[in-house]
Amino acid sequence: MDTLDLARWQFAITTVYHFFFVPVTISLVAITAGLQTAWYRTGKEKYLRLTKFYGKLFLINIAMGVVTGLVQEFQFGMNWSDYSRFVGDVFGAPLALEGLLAFFLESTFIGLWIFGWERLPKLVHLGCIWMVVLGTQLSAYFILAANSWMQNPVGFRYNASRGRAELTDLGAVLTNKVVLVTYPHTIFAAFMVGGAFVAGVALWHLIRRPLVDKDVFRSALKIGASVVLVASVGVAISGDLQGKVMTEVQPMKMAAAEALYATEKPASFSVFTVGTLDGSKEIFSIKLPYLLSFLATGHFNGEVKGINSLQDAYEQLYGPGSYKPNIPLTYWTFRLMIGVGMLSAAVALWLLWTTRRGRAPAHWLIWLAAPLPLLPLIANTFGWIFTETGRQPWLVFGLLPTASGVSPSTTSGEVITSLVGFTLLYGVLAVVETKLMLRTIRGGLAGTDDPPETSPDRPDKPLSFAY
Amino acid sequence: MELTTVWFIAIAMLWTGYFVLEGFDFGVGMLFRFLGRNEPERKAAITTIGPVWDGNEVWLIMAGAATFAAFPEWYATLFSGFYLPLFLILVGLIVRGVALEYRGKRDDPVWRGRMDLMITIGSLLPALLWGIAFGNIVRGVPLDADHEYVGSFGTLLNPFALLGGLTFVAVFITHGAIFLALRTTDDLRARANRLATRTGVVAAVLTIAFLAWAQALRGDSVSIILTIAAVVAFAGGLVANLLRREGWAFIGTTVAIGLAVVSLFVALFPNVMPSTLEPGSTLTVVEAASSAYTLKALTIITGIFFPLVLVYQGWTYWVFRKRVMVAAS
Repeated sequence: MDTLDLARWQFAITTVYHFFFVPVTISLVAITAGLQTAWYRTGKEKYLRLTKFYGKLFLINIAMGVVTGLVQEFQFGMNWSDYSRFVGDVFGAPLALEGLLAFFLESTFIGLWIFGWERLPKLVHLGCIWMVVLGTQLSAYFILAANSWMQNPVGFRYNASRGRAELTDLGAVLTNKVVLVTYPHTIFAAFMVGGAFVAGVALWHLIRRPLVDKDVFRSALKIGASVVLVASVGVAISGDLQGKVMTEVQPMKMAAAEALYATEKPASFSVFTVGTLDGSKEIFSIKLPYLLSFLATGHFNGEVKGINSLQDAYEQLYGPGSYKPNIPLTYWTFRLMIGVGMLSAAVALWLLWTTRRGRAPAHWLIWLAAPLPLLPLIANTFGWIFTETGRQPWLVFGLLPTASGVSPSTTSGEVITSLVGFTLLYGVLAVVETKLMLRTIRGGLAGTDDPPETSPDRPDKPLSFAY
Repeated sequence: MELTTVWFIAIAMLWTGYFVLEGFDFGVGMLFRFLGRNEPERKAAITTIGPVWDGNEVWLIMAGAATFAAFPEWYATLFSGFYLPLFLILVGLIVRGVALEYRGKRDDPVWRGRMDLMITIGSLLPALLWGIAFGNIVRGVPLDADHEYVGSFGTLLNPFALLGGLTFVAVFITHGAIFLALRTTDDLRARANRLATRTGVVAAVLTIAFLAWAQALRGDSVSIILTIAAVVAFAGGLVANLLRREGWAFIGTTVAIGLAVVSLFVALFPNVMPSTLEPGSTLTVVEAASSAYTLKALTIITGIFFPLVLVYQGWTYWVFRKRVMVAAS
């Protein structure tokens, strides 16, 4: 493998890993803030206990999200220096905005929230966690704006003498039609994960310890499962819109998502296809007529361009070369994203049904407790692998091929070192994090009667004034 | 003033803020296992940085992102050139961040012991490597005509840069000890105070040597004055520490670190990455900068929002201004 492949593997591994923690963080902080708000407004103790319990799980999770995010900020320059030179003028701005508006907010107010339980007035303390929620939302928006620019570059001009893209309209970058649909899609998808996490943890407790805090965990199960359901509707609607926008800006990605080789009018949606390994021919498939036309264009008779005709058109436009992404990968990640996502919504719906009006969940359902949050999480991962590999061979669509972005002076030895290093470190941390998470989950609500163990400093500890 | 100069100053300010703030939490991280004789003391020491270290670290992310946005060429050359040191810094920061958050999550001495070791290593490694990195930025590194780094990892481990690394470690330990003396009570406070004096002398010698060498490499009258002021401030901080005026001592080391970092940036200007090969390969502020539109947009947005950040970060320090007492064991 050369430096380019190694750098791509490193980006894929570190980014996919980072994004295990991101959706949980985004949704769990909001759900925790919601629980704390419920406690503030009703004064019911169960909401306080749930706030502390899920808040602690949120903190375990965000610690990983923060440190793995550091790598992302550095990696562009380390492995992708020519990319950084080419796009910095445009791409750097949303990244700087993310730091300025989101990261400072998140990190500062999370410290205040953890250590401020009994030092801040209740309302101010509640405000702190809502500021963290705001920070996560801003962070998501800016980083998605940056990514959306790579998917659909807008608001720039190409400066030939500097050989780089230059920003001409920051507003256009921040209102890119791709980010406008990607942001809600990503956020709803995140809430599917967080809702499922809350529900899965509660389900485990309800079945394993049916006598301990039953009512509290019933509430949590219903809250979590309801969040999944609402979010899944949002994911579907925003995903549909996103598909149409993507068909417009990157028809090749969507053609590859369908493994649609020849242009069709009307086009049918393939549910399942077995093709040759290189993806050049299909052997067997199940198809729903007219559906793809509708999904891609909004009309049942719309024309959907095929891979081969797009390839010809791109050769005319950009010169000789292959403009096809890895088609089997694109095809299957797209299907798995949708399929696994729908499955998790179905599980949530079923859980709500089977626990309706005070019914206890059947014992065997305990086997769903762990898969429940993992399903939407995997769907998130498939979605990102789909959209990022589907953009290939472009790093910035239509402007910069991936091969041109890699650092020219970085050696493969250096990239191997960091690739192996991060992978091993991430592996160890995954074990540490998962064990701590499971331990905390098993610990249940009881432990949270103590002052929050979220800090080494107990808030009730006597403090003397410094001045 | 040119916007490129404004942004050079902004980047310098972000690094200055980063080293002043993370400097003391690195220091506490390096020290607390040795200074704290039992769990309550260690816990108290970690609590002094608990609510703030994460916010301090954002200054680094901000410095990186602002460099990316305002000086893409600088970001590209620096981050790809200093590949392995940055990789190790990341490993250190990852390990440390996780350990700081996780140490209190389990009531188990073995668990805490591991986390504490990770905090110490994760504080020492980045402190040392940032010193080495900044030494090399000031000294200059081999860059070709495309501003690509053509040296190796070994090139970065030159005597001047290594002195920079040791200086950063010693200064941050002293800064951290003074912070601990300011923020704790009783025995722990007294021990931190005594330790600061001892490490402070070493740090002062290293600082004088490193800064004088830096000025000999590329100093001008302004940076020399700043260097002298930094040394005076550091000495003042140590005297205040000796007199047990902890607040003044902390102001002293804060101002000293700030002025020292500023003096390095002043000496660097108008270059951002001097080349030790052809003079023409040196990357300058203007060559590295983004377009006028981008810099203007960044200036307006930062002008509006950065004061807000300072207000709420300052407020955190106000909320947690009380000394942390060691719980009775």
